[in-house]
Amino acid sequence: MIDAAITDKKRNLRDAYSSALIALGRRNPDVVVLDADLALSTKTKRFGTVFPDRFFDMGIAEANMMGVAAGLAACGKIVFASTFAVFATGRSYDAIRQSIAYPELNVKIVATHAGISVGGDGASHQMLEDIALMRALPNMVVIAPADATEMEDVVPAIAEHNGPCYVRIGRADAPILFETHGMFEIGKGYVLREGSDITVIATGTMTAEALKAHDLLKKEKIDARIIHMPTIKPLDEKLVKKSAKETGRIITCEEHTVIGGLGDAVAMAIAEKPVPMIRIGVNDVFGESGEAWQLMEKYGLTAENIVKRAKELIKKS
Amino acid sequence: MHDEKLIKEIKRKALEIRKWVIESIYRAGSGHPGGSLSVADILACLYFHEMRHNPKDPKWPDRDRLVLSKGHAAPALYAALALAGYFPVEELKNLRKIGHFLQGHPCMKKVPGVDMSTGSLGHGLSVAVGMALAGKLDKKDYRVFAILGDGEVQEGQIWEAANAASHYKLDNLIAILDRNKLQIDGPTEEIMHLEPLAWRWQAFGWDVIEIDGHDIEEILDTFHEIKLNEKPTVIIANTIKGKGVSFMEGTLSFHGKPPSEEQYIRAMSELEQAERELND
Repeated sequence: MIDAAITDKKRNLRDAYSSALIALGRRNPDVVVLDADLALSTKTKRFGTVFPDRFFDMGIAEANMMGVAAGLAACGKIVFASTFAVFATGRSYDAIRQSIAYPELNVKIVATHAGISVGGDGASHQMLEDIALMRALPNMVVIAPADATEMEDVVPAIAEHNGPCYVRIGRADAPILFETHGMFEIGKGYVLREGSDITVIATGTMTAEALKAHDLLKKEKIDARIIHMPTIKPLDEKLVKKSAKETGRIITCEEHTVIGGLGDAVAMAIAEKPVPMIRIGVNDVFGESGEAWQLMEKYGLTAENIVKRAKELIKKS
Repeated sequence: MHDEKLIKEIKRKALEIRKWVIESIYRAGSGHPGGSLSVADILACLYFHEMRHNPKDPKWPDRDRLVLSKGHAAPALYAALALAGYFPVEELKNLRKIGHFLQGHPCMKKVPGVDMSTGSLGHGLSVAVGMALAGKLDKKDYRVFAILGDGEVQEGQIWEAANAASHYKLDNLIAILDRNKLQIDGPTEEIMHLEPLAWRWQAFGWDVIEIDGHDIEEILDTFHEIKLNEKPTVIIANTIKGKGVSFMEGTLSFHGKPPSEEQYIRAMSELEQAERELND
C-alpha cells in the first residue's frame, strides 16, 4: 500500500511540471520544449527563461507544433510539447497520429487545462475526450497524475521512456496526496487504501475525491479499496483483475467523458470475467461555464457522488 | 554548369526510377503513378548528386534529410532508395504486399532511408521544420528537403509550417513543390486555386525559385543557387503529371490507378525506348 493522504497543502501541477522540466533540462541537453502561445499558462515559459536556446514558441498553430516536435525527435531530441488539452489533442489529432504515434517518435505531449475544472472558459475549452483520443492511438502512453509530487516524478519517467507519451493535468491547484517522491512507474496502479467490499479506481483529479470517499464510506461501514491509476495506457490490468476478483465490485472515476477513458479501459480489462461496475465521469455531454468546484459538483465528480454510487452498486449486487 | 556525363547519368537514373514506378505499381495492383512520375527527375537529382547521404549508414546524423510530404509518390522514393543501395531493388516488386516492408506510403520504421513517415497530406513540412530546427540547434550543416504536392498546399498546416520556417530563419530548409497542376478531382485551379503561388510563398517570407522540374541541368543548377541568407527556399518545380509515359502525361486518370497489363507493356516499352535513345 502507498502512503497517501488528503492534506491542507495544495500545489499546482503546472508549477510541478515546469520545475521538473527545468531539472530535467539541466541533466539532459537533448530536452527541447515547444509551446503554442500558452507558455505562461502551461508554465513552460519558465523553462524558456532558463534555457532560451531550447525553447520554441510555435504560435497559435498546434498541429504544426506537433509536426515540428516530430521532426526534432527524429533528430534525437526529447521533445516536450505543451498547450491546453483541447488544442493538444483535438486540434492536433492527425498530426499526432501521422507524425508522432505512427513513427513512434520521442515526443511528450504534456497538456494542461484538461477536464471540466477549467471552469469559466466553458465547454469550448473543457477537454473531456482527450484520454479517449490518445488511448486509441497505438504506441501512445497516457498518464493523468493526481498531484504535484507525482507530476514531478512523471516528467523524468516519460523522458526516460523512448516513445510518445500523453500527460494530462488540470488547471486548478490540487491537494498534495503524496509526501514522498519515487512512487511513479509507467503502467503501474497503486493501492492507496485496502478494502474488500468494493474497489474504487480513480485517475488524475479524481484520486483525491476517491480518497475522501474512502473515509466517508468507512463511516457507513463500507470497506472500499482505493486504487490510483495514473497510467491509463498501458493499464495495470493485473491489479484491476485482482481487485475485481477480491472485492467483486468496481467503480471508476475520471474527470473525462465516460466514453473511451479509464472506465472503458477497466471494463475492457474485466470483460472476460466481469463484476458489477459503475463508471463515474461526464455523461456524454459538453460542459459549461462556472466555478471549478461548482462544475465538479454538478457533473457528479465528487467524493459524495462516489459514495452515493458505491452504495447503489452494493445494494444491487 | 554541370558536365554532360553527370547529367546523362542522372537522366538514366530518372528513367530507372520511372520503370520501377510502373513495375512496382503494376505488380501491386494499386498506387499512384501520376505523381510518382512527376517527381522522378527531382528525386534522381537529389539522391544521385545533391544530397549528402550514405546508404550504408541510413541514420548517419550528419546526413541531409528528405521528407516526402506527398507520400503517395512513395514508389518513386522507394525506387530512388533501392537504386542508391539502401535495400535490394528486388524488394520493389513487393510494394504494398502483406508481410513485406514497402508500405503504400512511406514508413520510416520499416524502410531504410525513409527519414519520415508520411501519407496523410499537409504534415511533412512541419516535420521538416523540426528537423531543420534541430540542425540549427546542434550547429550541424545538414539540409532538409521537403517534397510537397501542389494540391497538398491547400492544407492549412502547410502554411503554419511555412510561417514557422521563416520565423525561425531556417535557411537549411528547402521545399520542392511538385507543380503538376492536377489533383484527384481535377485541375488545381478549378478545385481550389493556388495562384499566385510564388507570391504566396514570398509573402510567407520564403525565397522562391521557379523551374522546369524535368530539366536535370536546371534542377542541379538551382540547388547551387540556394543561399544561406536566413530564409527558407521553395523551388516551384513545374512538372507534368505522369511524365515519361505518353498516355499518362497530363491526365487525371492515373492519379491513383495502376496500369492494365496492356498499358504496363506499353509504358515499359516507351521507357526502354527512352533509355536506348539516351545511350545512343
